[in-house]
Amino acid sequence: MSRRPFFRRPKSCPFSGENAPKIDYKNVKLLQRFISERGKIVPSRITAVSAKKQRELATAIKRARNLALMPFIIN
Amino acid sequence: MPLYESVYIARPDISATQVETLTADMTKILEENGGKVTKDEYWGLKSLAYRIKKNRKGHYSLMNIDAPAAALTEMERNMRLHEDVLRYMSIRVDEHEEEPSVMMQSKSSRDDRDRDRGRGRDDDRPKPAAAETPAAAPAATEESAPAADNKETEV
Repeated sequence: MSRRPFFRRPKSCPFSGENAPKIDYKNVKLLQRFISERGKIVPSRITAVSAKKQRELATAIKRARNLALMPFIIN
Repeated sequence: MPLYESVYIARPDISATQVETLTADMTKILEENGGKVTKDEYWGLKSLAYRIKKNRKGHYSLMNIDAPAAALTEMERNMRLHEDVLRYMSIRVDEHEEEPSVMMQSKSSRDDRDRDRGRGRDDDRPKPAAAETPAAAPAATEESAPAADNKETEV
């Protein structure tokens, strides 16, 4: 760690592996963790969600937004 | 027949029983067109994340549908015409979940969270009792924790 100051420990996708949560537009509590304070979808490079799951996640968040379960924007 | 999941939001000033009748009406329309509803859930009166037709709250209902596409279009047409329906969304799914959805499982805890999230924003709700305020405080700190975590990894 001290040798390489910019060492980043590898993170794994929170939706991969066994007993990973299923992405569902109804599960607002889960989706809430992947939006910023302004209500934007957080990029996968920060949350370490895999590309495939990020697409799925984005769809779920957009569905939840349409049903007013999640905000489009937080002021 | 394809499987669908349909959620709709009804106007807040109608009663829960009226929502049930509305669901029954929609079920009838589907059945007349050769479909069936395998499960229906009433999520209750929930606050909306933003205003829809000037409403801040709405009755949420979910239906699991097994019906031909024509029946679903007919139901959607009726929802569009119905004055009590604020919004609806039907999506096609590969399989239905048999057990109650997340909304039904964590109903009480979710209501708590909704309350302290919306407090600063819209104040048409009654103020939560003083006893509940300490419970809300740890929840707020918990929410900010993942954000701080993200910043750390960004460096």
